[in-house]
Amino acid sequence: MAIRSFFVPFLLFVLCFYSSLCPVLSLYEDQVGLMDWHQQYIGKVKQAVFSTQKTGRRRVIVSTEENVIASLDLRHGEIFWRHLLGSNDVIDGIDIGLGKYVITLSSGGSILRSWNLPDGQLVWESFLQGPKQSKSFLLVPTNLKTEKDNEIVVFSNGRLHAVSCIDGEVLWKKDFEAESFEVQQVIKPPGSDLIYVVGFAASSQFEMYQINARNGELLKHESATLSSGFLREVSLVSSETIVALDSTGSILLTISFQNGEISFQQTPISNLYEDSAGPAVIIPSSVPGIFAIKTNAITIFIRVIGEGKLEVVEKTNHETAVSDALPISEGEQAFALIQHAGGEMHLAVKLAHDWDSNLLKESIKMDQQRGLVHKVFINNYIRTDRSHGFRVLIVMEDHSLLLLQQGLIVWSREDGLASIIDVTTSELPLERDGVSVAKVEHNLFEWLEGHMLKLKGTLMLASPEDVAAIQSMRLKSSEKSKMTRDHNGFRKLLVVLTRAGKLFALHTGDGRIVWSHLLRSLHKSEACQSPIGLNLYQWQVPHHHAMDENPSVLVVSRCGPSSDAPGVLSFVDTYTGKELSSLSLAHAATQVIPLPYTDSTEQRLHLLIDSDKHAHLYPKTSEALNIFKREFSNIYWYSVEGHNGIIKGHALKCKCTGKVADEFCFDTRELWSVVFPSESEKIIATVTRKLNEVVHTQAKVIADQDVMYKYISKNVLFVATVAPKGSGEIGSVTPEESWLVAYLIDTVTGRILHRVTHHGAQGPVHAVFSENWVVYHYFNLRAHRYEMSVIEIYDQSRADNKDVWKLVLGKHNLTSPISLFSRPEVITKSQSYFFTHSVKAIAVTSTAKGITSKQLLIGTIGDQVLALDKRFLDPRRSVNPTQAEKEEGIIPLTDSLPIIPQSYVTHALRVEGLRGIVTVPAKLESTTLVFAHGVDLFFTQLAPSRTYDSLTEDFNYALLLITIVALVAAIFVTWRLSERKELQEKWR
Amino acid sequence: MAPIARLLLLVLLSTALTISSGSGDGYTINGRVKIPQGLGTKGFALPGKMSNIKVILNGGQIVTYLRPDGYFSFQNIPAGTHLVEVAAIGYFFSPVRVDVSARNPGKVQAALTENRKGLSELVLEPLRDEQYYEIREPFSIMNVVKSPMGLMMGFMLLVVFIMPKLVENMDPEEMKRAQEEMRNQGVPSLASLLPGGGRN
Repeated sequence: MAIRSFFVPFLLFVLCFYSSLCPVLSLYEDQVGLMDWHQQYIGKVKQAVFSTQKTGRRRVIVSTEENVIASLDLRHGEIFWRHLLGSNDVIDGIDIGLGKYVITLSSGGSILRSWNLPDGQLVWESFLQGPKQSKSFLLVPTNLKTEKDNEIVVFSNGRLHAVSCIDGEVLWKKDFEAESFEVQQVIKPPGSDLIYVVGFAASSQFEMYQINARNGELLKHESATLSSGFLREVSLVSSETIVALDSTGSILLTISFQNGEISFQQTPISNLYEDSAGPAVIIPSSVPGIFAIKTNAITIFIRVIGEGKLEVVEKTNHETAVSDALPISEGEQAFALIQHAGGEMHLAVKLAHDWDSNLLKESIKMDQQRGLVHKVFINNYIRTDRSHGFRVLIVMEDHSLLLLQQGLIVWSREDGLASIIDVTTSELPLERDGVSVAKVEHNLFEWLEGHMLKLKGTLMLASPEDVAAIQSMRLKSSEKSKMTRDHNGFRKLLVVLTRAGKLFALHTGDGRIVWSHLLRSLHKSEACQSPIGLNLYQWQVPHHHAMDENPSVLVVSRCGPSSDAPGVLSFVDTYTGKELSSLSLAHAATQVIPLPYTDSTEQRLHLLIDSDKHAHLYPKTSEALNIFKREFSNIYWYSVEGHNGIIKGHALKCKCTGKVADEFCFDTRELWSVVFPSESEKIIATVTRKLNEVVHTQAKVIADQDVMYKYISKNVLFVATVAPKGSGEIGSVTPEESWLVAYLIDTVTGRILHRVTHHGAQGPVHAVFSENWVVYHYFNLRAHRYEMSVIEIYDQSRADNKDVWKLVLGKHNLTSPISLFSRPEVITKSQSYFFTHSVKAIAVTSTAKGITSKQLLIGTIGDQVLALDKRFLDPRRSVNPTQAEKEEGIIPLTDSLPIIPQSYVTHALRVEGLRGIVTVPAKLESTTLVFAHGVDLFFTQLAPSRTYDSLTEDFNYALLLITIVALVAAIFVTWRLSERKELQEKWR
Repeated sequence: MAPIARLLLLVLLSTALTISSGSGDGYTINGRVKIPQGLGTKGFALPGKMSNIKVILNGGQIVTYLRPDGYFSFQNIPAGTHLVEVAAIGYFFSPVRVDVSARNPGKVQAALTENRKGLSELVLEPLRDEQYYEIREPFSIMNVVKSPMGLMMGFMLLVVFIMPKLVENMDPEEMKRAQEEMRNQGVPSLASLLPGGGRN
């Protein structure tokens, strides 16, 4: 009897025991990659240098527009090593010196660095200064045989330097101080001891300096004047001849400076090519004997024969790209030429002196979504039959990098993802019959086997092979990368817009690219010369009425850099990646306001404000107009004019009058404006709440059974201003002359709800606004440390709704309408703490219902993302919290915020060049999805209060099942035994 | 680890001068990063490679990397109070406040901002190493037994196996009485709940 009655609690107990085996505090090392993924990119390649020595791995060294220097594996395109330089340390040139150093010139030619080729270790660093700004050139001798010939020639800031390749020591230098002299080329003919520095002075004078490469001695200085002047670009056709255009762009000038004698040869372009109209431009290249000009979208290749005579060798209206010349054997140089024709790409490798024959001619089918070729780099290898083979590295319009060899794409890198402008998410399709789904259902035996392995793992009985099998099984889990919506909402599409104007959809499960689309509207065209992608908005999110519609996103872009350039809208289906339609607007889109209204097909209404302060409603349908008219008087917005320190509030007035009048255009009126005194305050940051944030409850129960009401309004704006003097870098200002003022402004009425001044503080300010609080990060000059402050804002008008009876009897004001025109009774609480690191971005976790406690996600200067509980930034923290406060979870006050290494969500990884952190709620309340982007991408799931509403990934069902079976068996056995025993006792 | 080892050999050569007046409009900050032995070696997380350690001035104004001997330098720095940070995976470095004085160039003024410790020369060492992962405790019986669940289980086993022995040692008369009482009270037992259990 006694035995039996113990089994029920025992069973329960065993259950509890096993489910609690794996507490989710933070990450174990073997859990890396289970819920997170990390992708490394480099950005659009600017320059590439091949290193194909006989020994060692073949690699290519690249510098990119994201300011990355990287060494890539030539076989697979993987990164060997990579360094991201500072944002104002732009790379000017790279090369390989002595076959073992990567030489980089950066910061406008003032920093020369040498990196070890195999591992990327910095070897030396030289700072080059000079008298004035100029173009910079890096010349590294290609001759690898002679160890003595190890001088790098650098021209920068108006000074010519010869630097030792071994230790970075400056051997000699020579200034070019002539006021107006602008250097165009620095030439070192191979095998000679001369350096030519050529350039223009005073726009019509050509200057040539001949310098001894051994000691920097000036040997000759010649100049010649040409009345018609020069355009800036020049093309080098031989070591002693350059080609330039005159200032009208219609006459080609062949300038030769053989033996120090300058001679001109003028050839009007119309002589070579009759139909030429309009100015031409020289396409910079360095193929001996050949150069290219472009006029009216036609590219003309011209050969220089003998004494400055020119001859057209080819003209084409296809888009073309030419590589630099590559010496392949004694006196022979090859170059690659790529032309687009329809959907194909023609690659030709030619010898420089022989245009008509091709060393190689291939056509390659290219994905239309990659656009045009922007850059070509060529490299050769010797085949087994001693003939030359060529491999070509190409950079496409979408910033991707591809290696072509033998007519095939050997590898490709989607480096456009290194420059993400905006991110939004989209749901995946619902799982339906007929929708093919990746194989998920494996048979029961496999399932059990997997769980048995896991069980072994938990009990630490697994052999190393087993551990590897477990790891691969977990990572492969097809469940997370399925293309359908899941119950927990973990699987989504991340839709990202890159600087190249390409949209990518990444799967949150494994980060793979589901589709990509180069936006046609962001293509260069006649109407739109330099389109720039700006923002992504969710245009249509079907859930109730329009289930059969696919969701779509709105891409807002504009033609040209100025904010009053006309806007372009594109609508892209997020399931297929097809561009549904695109609109070229007649007006600008300086501000896009997604309205909280949707039409019957769940298209969200958007209001676009143009530069003349007209509001335009999209979509342009009568249904949308009807909805809009109903809410006409409830629409308010604000605008920030950072340059003159004004924040303005706006509302709608009436239909447009004047030339742009149509039904969907509205005039606006200015409601209020806050003007910050320009001599003492400069706006450096404005932050508002996320539009889609969900707040679970307005009430906050505090320790003594008291209730505080959060002031939750979507119309509160956080503004930070600093003293104009203090808007520079740290170290440029003393604490006395710098201050930071934080404001909370109501954006409907323009009322300042709260204002606080931090004396001796300085920007940059990074802030995040959520619910009723704002957290901001700034620099405290007095303590010389970074600080983070929190402001919480509470509604006092509801403070007396504490009596239960009042609530029951309905004598409360909870349902009374809120008017922003009445003066809100608010109180604020704030507190400041020290924080160790500089910060690049701050975000806050967001969950589906807003119940789960919040964590701040702080992108630190080391490119890591730190999760910090909001509880650490609670203004109610005190040095000695009372017992009741402790029970409530208030942490004793410390002067600085803790940095717990285990709470880095990026664990041991770096999101190089971190720029933004995006959080998206999953359907499961406990979980939030975090996406951090910069040059790298990182995605993970976070559970700020642990996964209280689901079992962990590691939960071992097999163990549970076995335990239950064993227990049931045990129950029956013991029951039998006990029955028998009882029977025996009865017989007794 | 090789670069670190090489670095350690160079500890003796610590001549890190800090600030010198450079040509042009600014000053130069020279310093070095030193990672002492012992730190980072016990952790299972491989510390970031030496070549990936960045030194950052004023929150990103200038970024530089370390030379093989751990030295770094910033050039063209205006006079003022600056902040130097070291970003290294696996180590926690305190930011350092560096005063570049225009009046007496060459004077060293550096202090860790975390603990306000002054530095006589600009040699930056990590305050501690950072473990990014929880360490999985190896499975051991003692851990299970010591846990609250384990204690509960132990107690139950005790009751299940020792109690009957105690019961056996009791006076048969007394036991009978107790059983009678229990039957009268009708204590529900598992057997009676199970199908067929009511038959006894």
